[in-house]
Amino acid sequence: MGFLSIDNVTKSYGAVRVLHGVDIEVEEGEFLVLVGPSGCGKSTLLNMIAGLEEISSGEIRIRDRVMNGVHPSRRNIAMVFQSYALYPNMSVAKNITFGLEMHGTPKDQREAALARVAGMLQIENLLDRKPAALSGGQRQRVAMGRALVRDPDVFLFDEPLSNLDAKLRVDMRTEIKKLHARLGTTIVYVTHDQIEAMTLSTRIAVMSGGHIQQLGTPRQIYDDPANIFVAAFMGSPSMNLLPARLHVSGQGAVAEIADAEGAPLRLPVRGNFAGWDGRAVVLGIRPEALTDPGGADRAARDVVALRNRIDVTEPAGADTFVTTTLAGRDVIGRLRADAEVRAGQIADLAVNMDKAVLFDPETELRIG
Amino acid sequence: MNAARHRPDRLTRLQSLVPGLMLAPSAALVLLFVYGFILFTIYLSFTDSRILPSYDWIGLENYSKLFRLSHWTTAVVNLGVFAALYMAFSTAIGLMLAIFLDQKIRGEGVLRPIYLYPMALSFIVTGTAWKWFLDPGIGLEHTMHLWGWESFRFGWIKDRDFAIYTVVIAAVWQTSGFVMAMFLAGLRGIDGEILKAAQMDGANSWNLYRRIILPQLRPAFLSAFVILAHLAVKSYDLVIALTGGGPGRATELPATFMYSYTFSRNQMGIGAASAVIMLMTIAAIMVPYLYAELREKKA
Amino acid sequence: MTVEGASRTGHAARALIYLVLLLFALFYLLPFGIMVINSLKPLSEITGGNMMALPRTWTLEPWRAAWSTAQIGVSPTGLAPYFWNSIKMAVPAVALSTIFGAVNGYVLTKWRFRGDTLIFGLMLFSCFIPFQIVLIPMARSLGILGLAGTTPGLVLVHFVYGIGFTTLYFRNYYAAFPTELVRAAMIDGAGFFRIFWRILLPSSGPIIAVSVIWQITNIWNDFLFGTSFADFDSQPVTVALNNLVNSSTGVKEYNVHFAGAIYAALPTLLVYVVAGRYFVRGLMSGSVKG
Repeated sequence: MGFLSIDNVTKSYGAVRVLHGVDIEVEEGEFLVLVGPSGCGKSTLLNMIAGLEEISSGEIRIRDRVMNGVHPSRRNIAMVFQSYALYPNMSVAKNITFGLEMHGTPKDQREAALARVAGMLQIENLLDRKPAALSGGQRQRVAMGRALVRDPDVFLFDEPLSNLDAKLRVDMRTEIKKLHARLGTTIVYVTHDQIEAMTLSTRIAVMSGGHIQQLGTPRQIYDDPANIFVAAFMGSPSMNLLPARLHVSGQGAVAEIADAEGAPLRLPVRGNFAGWDGRAVVLGIRPEALTDPGGADRAARDVVALRNRIDVTEPAGADTFVTTTLAGRDVIGRLRADAEVRAGQIADLAVNMDKAVLFDPETELRIG
Repeated sequence: MNAARHRPDRLTRLQSLVPGLMLAPSAALVLLFVYGFILFTIYLSFTDSRILPSYDWIGLENYSKLFRLSHWTTAVVNLGVFAALYMAFSTAIGLMLAIFLDQKIRGEGVLRPIYLYPMALSFIVTGTAWKWFLDPGIGLEHTMHLWGWESFRFGWIKDRDFAIYTVVIAAVWQTSGFVMAMFLAGLRGIDGEILKAAQMDGANSWNLYRRIILPQLRPAFLSAFVILAHLAVKSYDLVIALTGGGPGRATELPATFMYSYTFSRNQMGIGAASAVIMLMTIAAIMVPYLYAELREKKA
Repeated sequence: MTVEGASRTGHAARALIYLVLLLFALFYLLPFGIMVINSLKPLSEITGGNMMALPRTWTLEPWRAAWSTAQIGVSPTGLAPYFWNSIKMAVPAVALSTIFGAVNGYVLTKWRFRGDTLIFGLMLFSCFIPFQIVLIPMARSLGILGLAGTTPGLVLVHFVYGIGFTTLYFRNYYAAFPTELVRAAMIDGAGFFRIFWRILLPSSGPIIAVSVIWQITNIWNDFLFGTSFADFDSQPVTVALNNLVNSSTGVKEYNVHFAGAIYAALPTLLVYVVAGRYFVRGLMSGSVKG
């Protein structure tokens, strides 16, 4: 039994069901990220853990204590909100200690806790200010301070970085990760940003349409996506998905697609494809698996060379992204920055098939 | 699943009761004093109540009597004339002042409060001021005569055919500044980039207002219409203070009719019927508007 | 928003615009301004002279008379007692309707429940009803409650029919107040009242001002309820003023009438001058959009 158990939890508004039987077990000290597009139910689930929304059916337990119907303030949780939700009329110090005050903590203990948290977050010099006088990053710290001071069982984060500019977001991301490493707290973190999900989490739950699409470590989610949704959602630029036909023989399996000119391109795939001979599949190739021959992974077992016309190049500094055509679709490749390619040119490319994945076009589930 | 295990704890249950408990007194007061009373008045309008409420049902008789009364017809016609002119002039003046004030006017901060201050006055004060200002014996006409303009005539307030227009003047004086403020807020809310784009498209000032700005003021027009219409139907104090409904019945409105039939002439049934008609008129304007507003907010 | 093109409309057009604006300023100032001037004249200068002229003899006698000796109804008391009646009526009614409106707005935005929009809709419509529709039952009810003809009776009436507007103000204001703050406070362990008291109220200054000012203006300026439900000794100043001005007996002492009208207008004008910004905001909220 986990530290935080989400057991067959559903949520309905009237006849509309927005969460369909979610099951997650979170161990103590885990950093679980709920990720998915807006409307997938991730925030609803977080609010149900917080007690801000009622649980329609199922059970949520923290430390084996059933939380259904327990008032938010009695769950020993703390939450960091997207807007930070700092009380505008109170000083930073008051904001941080308000929860302790409400729980009847004596003043000297409140001050000790405040000093500890302010030191940890390096906001000692801000304690007398009002939230309006803080920068975005400072507000973010205060919001975290308010959560930390309670020393809760579970921290809940609701898209806490989405209001920050790009640079600050990266900094705060690192800081949250450091904090987690240092305190070893249990965190449930909601975001729509798959990079945040990958970088922060110990485990990710990819959600869509009120279902958990896949629950696993960042590596599992990225390398072994359970279905087309997860494959396409995680990763940027997203995975190239191509219609292909599978040929299975004694030597192994080959996915056949057409190159830019329509000539057949045979790409070896590994796995158990019994019963799939001659059937249509969806072939998934990550952009970094389609690269210039010099950039291909030397340890890879199956690298297929091809020549194809480059339609667009997008130098991104560290890498150059190129768009070319395979199987009648635009596909994106990720080349080394010093690979000399120009739009309109026919270039040599290499496909690393070790990381390729196949999906059933009907069920959209992973095969092989 | 064990249902008892999932019952909200005491704190949660308590907290979920409190908001309802806090809203309940207001809701009860409004239900009783507004909607209960409306139902009671509607009921009275079907009875033969005279000086006191009676509970003898006489069906639609009060309504048919009401519509045969020339007194009521006068009041309704007066309201029609008054409301149409009052709304038209208030809107026209309010819109004009708003557009003019929006031309980077020096002293806008002084002019705006001057246009708006009558809205802070009681209609009784407004009536007192205008009653005398329009009195030919000592007011404007008298002054013009003293200044040597002997042929100047402005005796509308004493003239059965024109007295209703003096009510219009005083009412427009009181509320047109408010309409100005509504339009000005609307104008200031228009996205400046749209105007820049239109000017780059070659629109001149006239076209800019006609094609781009006025269409965007639609919500302000609608609000002004609704507010003015309901004020017109409710107009009572101003008439009492300015003309007392006279000369004769020249400025009688449904609001004054209702009051005098109910409380002076002891025809409570007919008074109630006239109040119901007034309510219906306002409801016909307000209910669709409020419904649309509330729905918009939800979306 | 300002139209850049206006600067190109030429000097003539701009001169015309200023002229129109000034003429209208005169139109709005004139009736009240002349009333003020003439309240400082002896009666003979009004009936015999030019209303536009400044007083030849300045006098405060009409002001004194209007306040303390003018004949109102049957007794020569001046407006003073009625002025106090209005204060005794307005202060509790404004306070009550604002407090209830604030709580209603809080519940209707931050503790939403099934049917809350309907309740709000019913409250909102009550702002716009012609009060003639409630006069008869209200008169009866005040009688039953033993409040007929009393100031507490008028307080009740103004309180009840003010709830709609105050609720509208606070609801629109609190709708823009971040709900996440309420949720954060809930997790911090604050309950319904503490969230209201510690989190929302400290940020409610502007809307309290709007509500108080608008209610003062409405209640002070009311005539219909005053004339319907008040006795001689509980009449508000508007009703007394109307009695003073429209009494058919004796010589019409215009200067006293004017002074009286200015007394009756003074509190709301004062509020307007001091806090005009909130007054305008209140007017705007009256058109429902917050």
